[in-house]
Amino acid sequence: MVRSDVQLMLGVKQGDEASFELLLQRYRRPLCHFLNRMVRDAAQAEDLAQEVFLRVYRARREYEPSAKFTTWLFRIATNLALNSLRDGRHRQSEISLDAPAESQDGSEMPIEVADGAPVVEEQLVERDRVEVVRRAIFALPEKQRAAVLLHKYQELDYDEIARILGCSVSALKSLLFRAYETLRVELAPLVAPEASGPGPGGNPEGKLP
Amino acid sequence: MNCEQMESHLIAYLDGRASARERREVDQHLAGCAACRSRAEGFRGVWNVLEETPAPEPSAWFDARLRQRIAVEPPPGIWTRLAAWLPQPRLALASLMLIAVGFWAATASRSQLPAPAAQNPVAMSEEQNFRMIKNMQVLENYEVLKDLSAANEPQGD
Repeated sequence: MVRSDVQLMLGVKQGDEASFELLLQRYRRPLCHFLNRMVRDAAQAEDLAQEVFLRVYRARREYEPSAKFTTWLFRIATNLALNSLRDGRHRQSEISLDAPAESQDGSEMPIEVADGAPVVEEQLVERDRVEVVRRAIFALPEKQRAAVLLHKYQELDYDEIARILGCSVSALKSLLFRAYETLRVELAPLVAPEASGPGPGGNPEGKLP
Repeated sequence: MNCEQMESHLIAYLDGRASARERREVDQHLAGCAACRSRAEGFRGVWNVLEETPAPEPSAWFDARLRQRIAVEPPPGIWTRLAAWLPQPRLALASLMLIAVGFWAATASRSQLPAPAAQNPVAMSEEQNFRMIKNMQVLENYEVLKDLSAANEPQGD
């Protein structure tokens, strides 16, 4: 039987290393993805994700299952990301804003390819597309960005996201509305072709009703 | 429901978390409002685009580096343990106070406040002692405080 996050965390509290290992396996990827999209620097995101696990480990003795584990985890992650962005702002302001994005985020990210490698041109188009989306997300104000990432990618419920961001559910809803409105304008060139017909990389199996 | 109210209801309608009643009301509005219909379609389009966009995967050495960092962690509650190791409670208290005085002196001199306690730790009143012990707890938990203040700080949006 699959043990819940809380059960695993209570195991960690009792000194069970295997429970920590399982939590690590469960949340390593989502945390890295979240932080990567938050700070847009692969190395920094990974460092922050480790810091999150380290804090969970440090707090294990005092852990009480009062809130959902994911609320706690992503609250730590969000705070670390916001602090890190704040600390880095001065440093970043010294870097030219016109510098190509590749130099800022170390995007040596491998493009996931299905069977049979597509031609280089297709890879480039896909890479540009990914880059445009990542830039648009990163251009959102920090709190809106975190809200979008927790809503769209982590699929947390409103109450959880509101707790993580320290706002009310109704404030969160308008935060999300404004963020998606900005993205709708920014990403219009990517969205439009799909509305008129299935374009390359179209997603007919989107989770939305 | 009018266009303005869509701001509070459209997202829940689109992601399927709206109540039946909310859903009905949004449906009614969308039926008669081309602008909001187009916005709703646009949001769906954005969500599809976001879902297609991958993020970099964690590196292969993620776990190994984390284990390294955990290995050098001091044991939890190091101050209370330190106090427990010391044979006499009074000695433990005195050690904690000495550390607190040192820290206080350092911060006080940095912020240019007078620090009489640092000059003459022996002559401290009971009240001063009590405040120092309280400070010790804050010092131990300063990371928590930092997190809390970060969470409560208003973000520009």
